[in-house]
Amino acid sequence: MDIFLLEAIINGILLGGVLALLALGLNLIFGVIDVVWICYAELVMCGMYMIFWLHGFFGWPILIASFAAILGVAGLGVLLHLLVISPILGSAPINQLLATGGMLFFLQSLATLLFGTDFRNIGLRLPIIEFGDIFISYSRLLAFGAALIGAVALYLFLSRTYLGIAMRAIAQDREVMGLMGVDQRRIYLITSAVGGALAGLAACLLVLQYDVHPFIGLSFGPITFMICVLGGLGNMIGGFVAAFVMSQIIAIGGYYFSIEISYVLAFVFFIVLMFIRPQGLLAR
Amino acid sequence: MLSLRSVSAGYGSFRALFDVSLEVAPGEAIGVVGPNGAGKSTLMRVISGMLRSFSGELAFEGRSLTHLPAYRIVEAGIAHVPEHRRLFSKLTVEENLRIGAFLPQARRNYAERSEWVYALFPRLLERRRQLAGTLSGGEQQMVAIGRALMSKPKMLLMDEPSAGLAPLVVEQVFNLVRRIREEGFTVLIVEQNLQQVLEVVDRAYLLEVGRIRLSGSAAELKTNPMIQQAYMGL
Repeated sequence: MDIFLLEAIINGILLGGVLALLALGLNLIFGVIDVVWICYAELVMCGMYMIFWLHGFFGWPILIASFAAILGVAGLGVLLHLLVISPILGSAPINQLLATGGMLFFLQSLATLLFGTDFRNIGLRLPIIEFGDIFISYSRLLAFGAALIGAVALYLFLSRTYLGIAMRAIAQDREVMGLMGVDQRRIYLITSAVGGALAGLAACLLVLQYDVHPFIGLSFGPITFMICVLGGLGNMIGGFVAAFVMSQIIAIGGYYFSIEISYVLAFVFFIVLMFIRPQGLLAR
Repeated sequence: MLSLRSVSAGYGSFRALFDVSLEVAPGEAIGVVGPNGAGKSTLMRVISGMLRSFSGELAFEGRSLTHLPAYRIVEAGIAHVPEHRRLFSKLTVEENLRIGAFLPQARRNYAERSEWVYALFPRLLERRRQLAGTLSGGEQQMVAIGRALMSKPKMLLMDEPSAGLAPLVVEQVFNLVRRIREEGFTVLIVEQNLQQVLEVVDRAYLLEVGRIRLSGSAAELKTNPMIQQAYMGL
């Protein structure tokens, strides 16, 4: 096989890891709370700024800055739930979409106002690994590994702990949860924190590869939504698989044509699949 | 143990219960019987906090439960086996039981409680890794009862446990109810199946269009001419 194609495929897999992490977070929120956080990628942007300021400006060690950003975005998730989602939980889905969509513009504008439109870099350059004739960026490998660990941790949390099982149960029958002694509001808050933490983790990984600016969310947001819908909204495994399908289309398309064309291909693939399997790739 | 004083409730502007009062003493098994649409399920939902009452008083062991949310009422010691079982069908039997033990004090005793439930229903032990939705109706009823018992309640509310089950299975379900009684639980059971339920309870209330029409011991109700005529086809 062509060595450059192999490199493209490997890079596609590495990209898929971070996209899968974002898809898991969005699916978790949707599955448990039944709300789509349109502004999910903007939470990632906030996390990237947190690391930029803490590490790049105040000089905190990168690990501590990353940890603080994960906690910080988890806190943002809780705030988003309390201030925006919770008051409109019972209203029509379109209103909820408009509200979280409004948050997207709010966060973008706020970041522009506070930080300007400069592209900012944390100034951390990780080495490139050479493997045979294949070049793999260390930061992508790290991102992939951390995303995989995050996904496994989420899986263990959802399958082994009382809270995790309650999160899966609440999507099946909301009303009866009270009879089990479960306070729904508490579950929603914890879910929002976990969803935020996943966005924070994604921010830590993305800030190693990309410059942060107020509109960076647009680079990941739309593709994350497509992945979630492709996998079946709320379907964790479907979203996980779809992330790798999409990242391969982008990587291989980028090899044969150009990176711009590959995104077009990904969107076309998405639209065609929506006609063939509107319920999502893995839906039964 | 449980007392309701002139409780009224309903949905929106629709009233389903009018001034219902009833008493349950510790260790008793009480039936609430009546035709479809009499308000039996509404009564259960008010007691377990799934529905807020319009007016009236609700107390359990001398503590007022009026307008407490459902999760607080489970904490107080009342577990509700809801109508149509309402299992988490995409979770396994074991996971359903774990959700039933969500309260902190129940979590601490999970191993001991689940062993006890599995001893009560050995069938569930065989099926514990199976998805609850794949079980037969009778087995699902066992899971529903087992899930409620996991919180170590003092009192069990059962809403139409025999609904939608084959006659032979109905027989089994009433045997389950008998065993729950023998374990020392106080039981409040709602049923349309009047003949069967009067065999397992001490006393019963007859509910018609949201009002208590009659109450008395099971033996009295069985021989009441009005009940015999209207509900037993004698």
